[in-house]
Amino acid sequence: MSATDQPLLSVRDLKKHFPIKGGILGRTQAMVQAVDGVSFDVRAGETLGIVGESGCGKSTTAKLLIGLVDRDEGDIELGGKSLGRDISLRALRRDIQMVFQDSYASLNPRMTILDSIAFGARVQGLDDPVGRARRLMARVGLDPDRFAGRYPHELSGGQRQRINIARALVMSPKVVVLDEAVSALDKSVEAQVLNLLSDLRAEFGLTYIFISHDLNVVRYISDRILVMYLGEVVELAPVDMIWAEQAHPYTRSLFSAMPSMDPDNRTQKPPLTGDPPNPIDPPPGCRFHTRCAFAADVCKARHPVLGPMVQGSPHWVACHLHDPASGHPRAGQGVPA
Amino acid sequence: MLSYFLRRLILVLPVAFGVSVVCFALVQIAPGDPLTAIMPVDATAEQQAAMRAAYGLDKPVPVQYLIWISNLLQGEMGRSIASGRPVADEVFGAVGNSLLLAAAAAVIAFPIGTFLGFLAGYFRDTLLDRAVTALSITGVSVPNYWLGIVLVIIFSVNLGWLPSMGAGPGGSQDWQWDWAHMRHLVLPAVTLAVVPIGIVARTVRALAGDILSMDFVTALYAKGLSRGDVLRHVARNAAATALSVMGLQLGYLLGGSILIETVFNWPGSGFLLSNAIFQRDLPLLQGTILVLAMFFVGMNLIVDVAQAAIDPRIKRS
Amino acid sequence: MVQVTTDIPVVPPAQRGYWSGVLSRLRRDPVAMICAVILAALVLSAVFAPWLGLADPYQGSMIARLSAPGTPGHLLGTDEQGRDMLSRLIYGGRLTLFIGLMPVVLAFFIGGTLGIIAGYVGGITNTIIMRVVDVFFAFPSVLLAIAISGALGAGVLNSLVSLTIVFIPPVTRVAEAVTSGVRSLDYIDAARASGANALTVIRVHVIGNVLSPIFVYATSLTSVCMILAAGLSFLGIGVRPPEPEWGLMLNTLRSAIYVNPWLAALPGVMIFATSLCLNLLSDGLRSAMNVRD
Repeated sequence: MSATDQPLLSVRDLKKHFPIKGGILGRTQAMVQAVDGVSFDVRAGETLGIVGESGCGKSTTAKLLIGLVDRDEGDIELGGKSLGRDISLRALRRDIQMVFQDSYASLNPRMTILDSIAFGARVQGLDDPVGRARRLMARVGLDPDRFAGRYPHELSGGQRQRINIARALVMSPKVVVLDEAVSALDKSVEAQVLNLLSDLRAEFGLTYIFISHDLNVVRYISDRILVMYLGEVVELAPVDMIWAEQAHPYTRSLFSAMPSMDPDNRTQKPPLTGDPPNPIDPPPGCRFHTRCAFAADVCKARHPVLGPMVQGSPHWVACHLHDPASGHPRAGQGVPA
Repeated sequence: MLSYFLRRLILVLPVAFGVSVVCFALVQIAPGDPLTAIMPVDATAEQQAAMRAAYGLDKPVPVQYLIWISNLLQGEMGRSIASGRPVADEVFGAVGNSLLLAAAAAVIAFPIGTFLGFLAGYFRDTLLDRAVTALSITGVSVPNYWLGIVLVIIFSVNLGWLPSMGAGPGGSQDWQWDWAHMRHLVLPAVTLAVVPIGIVARTVRALAGDILSMDFVTALYAKGLSRGDVLRHVARNAAATALSVMGLQLGYLLGGSILIETVFNWPGSGFLLSNAIFQRDLPLLQGTILVLAMFFVGMNLIVDVAQAAIDPRIKRS
Repeated sequence: MVQVTTDIPVVPPAQRGYWSGVLSRLRRDPVAMICAVILAALVLSAVFAPWLGLADPYQGSMIARLSAPGTPGHLLGTDEQGRDMLSRLIYGGRLTLFIGLMPVVLAFFIGGTLGIIAGYVGGITNTIIMRVVDVFFAFPSVLLAIAISGALGAGVLNSLVSLTIVFIPPVTRVAEAVTSGVRSLDYIDAARASGANALTVIRVHVIGNVLSPIFVYATSLTSVCMILAAGLSFLGIGVRPPEPEWGLMLNTLRSAIYVNPWLAALPGVMIFATSLCLNLLSDGLRSAMNVRD
């Protein structure tokens, strides 16, 4: 692996289990396995899209990356430096920033938007926080002379999300985690903000981790897509490859649930039925086997490992169907059409 | 239901422990030597040390607490320094009188408060509502020890209708359910009832107003139910909250009657407490506070469980 | 009697001109304004009592005891030691108002700090602070005040201490509830994600958003505190004689109810008026701030 191939952000075996308290003594009764052994790499300048149903651990993964939730296990490396060993959380937070879904709740209602944007720069001791904030306001399309002294409730949702983006950029981060950042916006506004994000990525050389439940949006902005199910990564592939072939049955059903714009191309296959199993007590073996049309005995018994579909392929999947040695009756044949 | 009760009971234990620590600490924070009251002035150093050892005061504070609490659990609360009688006897006799007073005040306050509050809530934003609101805010603002004095001035001094102090013609003991005794109860009970009338009225007003504006009430009218039937539904919905407020009020009445008992020389726990304070009778002070606080803790527990029994929504939370 | 509830006030989010709006609404509320004027008059006359040309509040007279209100030279009569009632009532405001209001101010700062820490930090810190608060909640406020004051003995400082202890737990409970509500909002996460430490986040982002509800709640405690403070003196475990203080005056004048009953009731009128004004003003503030429970 050459030096240029070295990932900017590298995550290994990230785990977060939340305790559930209850009973007469309020003891820990069970653990919600919100994120259970997630690993991935992100190269500089790349955008990694993360998709999955609500409750699959997308947001927890985002919060783990920037230390808003303490990880139980796993390593986070940024530019080859390990969090906690080589760099402090405070230093990491200068390089990784986040934009939240709720544009209103993520701005302090009692602070002018200029102060909200400048806060991070002040905290990190960067020079000229106000100048930085004003320049960024202009860059995201809000005239600082008109908007600097306004309060969040005086702006529209799209304007507020632009402010949140400016706030994330004020420390000149390398990575920006966008957690459903455009999901709450109107479609027309969403498109504008997505274009703004693309422009900013090119201009500042940013790396995005783009979390969304909207596959079309993810496709538009991402280079690669990571699919999560019940706290685990089930598939990871470049966007074109996954669009061409969804290797994991879960990914397949996720894609088939997507409404098509073409009335002749409406899907006839049943979309995913039932709710995801309880993450407190995930099924043994493959976590998807309870909802999978191709589940065999091996799926209930053994946990599939995430790996390349064929040697050297950038298309990774965690499914016994794709492992010729798994013992699955259809092993090696791939997902039936 | 049983598991809810057990869970609440277990939650009460640390609170009860904390209450016992606070009561124990009361004696520790009191200035001066707890023995000065009983120590002869000319006691020698040896006699003083012997006395100290006899009361366990030579041991470290945590050990003293353990001794105190283990005695307590065996029903042993020590002896009153002033009277020499066991603290438990003194306290439980007095608490009985206080309970009588608190119950009488509750009997006066709850129906009146509920009635006024319901009127105000039902006729919201009318003159009647404003009058009740003004009355209840006056009720919670009045220093009731002063109100007691004013009532004495009017009904005892000026009109001479009712006695101003004590719990009966023959002094303080042996209560009887006859007019000769009960007329002693009227003024203190009325005085004590004023604040809870204000609070119950305010609670019931808010409850009735909230529930009447809910969709299900409109639905009941739409179903063609009569006014009286709708009101029955409203009352059932309000009952759990209203009962819990009243249950707590009963606890407050017992704890809060201290000042009123002083005004009327009512031989209850408050009267006992103020005597204990002036005679620096710390074991008695400690015992009285402990019993009253534990009663309040128990009252809270009963209210919670009763509320859960009435209102199915509470059990799960 | 007086007691403490912890309904958490819900204050609407700040908007441009919110506070000037609150002030103008408060100014248009006649009841609140009258109460504010009365309270201001009480406070100012107490503070400037020595310059008002009043009789010496400590100077008694054996021949002029318990003279009725309207007696020449004594507008409101004299007390059981012949001291001028008007002067003592005005001077009495100094200690009464001080002991009646200061504990709430102290509890606002101490309880507010504890509650914000408990609510922001959470976890074991929260558990420790809130369990201790629960213990103090197990005592009715009157009982707790009397217990501590009774153990400590009479005195201004002891009254301050005991009443402050009484009011810290309810303020803490409200502050904790409000803070944990704010703590869960994304802007706090965003601020933490900037690399700001807990103290900075609390100072810049939390305090401004939790202060109004805690303040509104604290104002609702002032009337209770007033009544309790005077009550302690009334019981003889507050201010020591011969200081003029309304509760203590009420106590010493009790013996006069057969001689000059309405004179004996006067100090209580002062306590009542103050407590009523505090309650009404606090209610006025709540509605001016559009507070919901």
